[in-house]
Amino acid sequence: MTAPAPTALIPAKQRPGDRLFSGSALVAGSLILAVLAAVAAFLVIQSVPAVTTDPDDISILRGANIVEYIGPLVFGTVWAAFIALVLAVPVAIGIALFISHYAPRRLAQGLGYIIDLLAAVPSVVFGLWGGNVLAPAIQPLYTWLEQNLGWIPLFAGPASGTGRTILTASVVLAVMILPIITAICREVFLQTPVLHEEAALALGATRWEMIRMAVLPFGRAGIVSASMLGLGRALGETMAVAMVLSASGGITLNLISSSNPSTIAANIALSFPEAYGVNVNVLIASGLVLFAITLLVNTIARIIVNRRKDFSGAN
Amino acid sequence: MSKRIEVNDLNVYYSKFLAVEGVGLTIEPRSVTAFIGPSGCGKSTFLRTLNRMHEVIPGARVEGQVLVDGDDLYGPGVDPVLVRRQVGMVFQRPNPFPTMSIRENVLAGVSLNNRRMSRSEADELVESSLQGANLWNEVKDRLDRPGSGLSGGQQQRLCIARAIAVSPDILLMDEPCSALDPISTLAIEDLIEELKKEYTIVIVTHNMQQASRVSDRTAFFNIAGTGKPGKLIEYDDTNTIFTQPSVQATEDYVSGRFG
Repeated sequence: MTAPAPTALIPAKQRPGDRLFSGSALVAGSLILAVLAAVAAFLVIQSVPAVTTDPDDISILRGANIVEYIGPLVFGTVWAAFIALVLAVPVAIGIALFISHYAPRRLAQGLGYIIDLLAAVPSVVFGLWGGNVLAPAIQPLYTWLEQNLGWIPLFAGPASGTGRTILTASVVLAVMILPIITAICREVFLQTPVLHEEAALALGATRWEMIRMAVLPFGRAGIVSASMLGLGRALGETMAVAMVLSASGGITLNLISSSNPSTIAANIALSFPEAYGVNVNVLIASGLVLFAITLLVNTIARIIVNRRKDFSGAN
Repeated sequence: MSKRIEVNDLNVYYSKFLAVEGVGLTIEPRSVTAFIGPSGCGKSTFLRTLNRMHEVIPGARVEGQVLVDGDDLYGPGVDPVLVRRQVGMVFQRPNPFPTMSIRENVLAGVSLNNRRMSRSEADELVESSLQGANLWNEVKDRLDRPGSGLSGGQQQRLCIARAIAVSPDILLMDEPCSALDPISTLAIEDLIEELKKEYTIVIVTHNMQQASRVSDRTAFFNIAGTGKPGKLIEYDDTNTIFTQPSVQATEDYVSGRFG
């Protein structure tokens, strides 16, 4: 087979509108990369002194080295966000399914608005509510958990007297991330092709079986993305955690005692006003770790979503 | 396996709108019945009342009787879910579940019936259903691949395999070939010819050649105008409908002179 002689490409006519649009799209696209790079560069450069300085000269570390200082914070951050996610995702999926497939249309719309409204509540308000209302109200439950389920390490106690534990903080976080997860899941569930829903129903599926057969598998990638967005918010949430949690540091799986790990974001917010010199760099270094965790979480989510790409229905 | 359908004076409504009015006909077991008629005349709507898929649409309801071997599908206490397990349906556009493999698609209906099945039983059912849908030889080496990777015609036969895997009494087909090329269409038509030995088949089609090729009896539906209800105009042997119809409208339609 002989290859045809390569013909010279005829350049398309350059229209000013096209060039303007492609130019501005390019700028917008590069800008996001530039901002991300600038943030990363700032965090890395500012973190260097925290690692190079002798730990004994940094007052905030109180004799520990930097890894021992940031470690519990990382644990607290991931642990609180993880519990929040475990609490929020099933509820969010339930609400989203109710809105998309069970509720009468008018009720569904109203409920949708209320959920969106919840997303608009400032985190300070959630913090106030969590610290002043939820914590005292939930404290008796912790005492009960300690007495009846104390054999589970999570509820080993002794139960905190104020109720300002990591579990309370996680509940507040769960309420905060609920709207975003619900909203995205609802949209995804509404996108389920009627064709597939009818296929399931015509096979004699009940409504719940139809949802399991057609809606949930179709929405799987969306559910993961929604959860990751929620997780991102929970990891980075500062005010609510700082106001609710009475942190003592250390690593513990105990959810209801008065010794709780703090989170990176809350710790930065609480310690920053009094920080000076290299102490600031230590806090920024913890911020870098948070940045890395968020990146890692998103990458894992992408991998999960892509793993069964063939079966996603996108082809 | 195969059952007789008897419809008595059936009205179908979407909320207040009367979509199909006064249909009465009897469909014999082990036969193929074709519904023909212009778009919007209610033939698909009527087909969907035969397995209560119609009421999936909010506000939709029916008046009248649909008897399958004497049991009224719309009688009090009849569960639509159970009706649909006895009356299978194939849709206009192939709709295998994209998140399931070919094998899982075939077994989808069976898994709903909560029947515990051994691996070998399931294998057997997958093979016999796919054989029944003339698809086995094409997919036997890739049963664990997604069903959405098949061609349109293969997907439609996969849907037929999925429908017959639950061994229904009746098989409804809503324009099963309208999204397919002529070769795939031929494959489906041959399949219908074979399936008729075991099932009562009702097929909606816009293709009159197809109706005359595959069906034993033909029902012609028509509407007087937009907003008017669709009606059953004539129901007879396919041969009669296409050669000596007794109603002028039928003759106009089958000979291409309508409007």
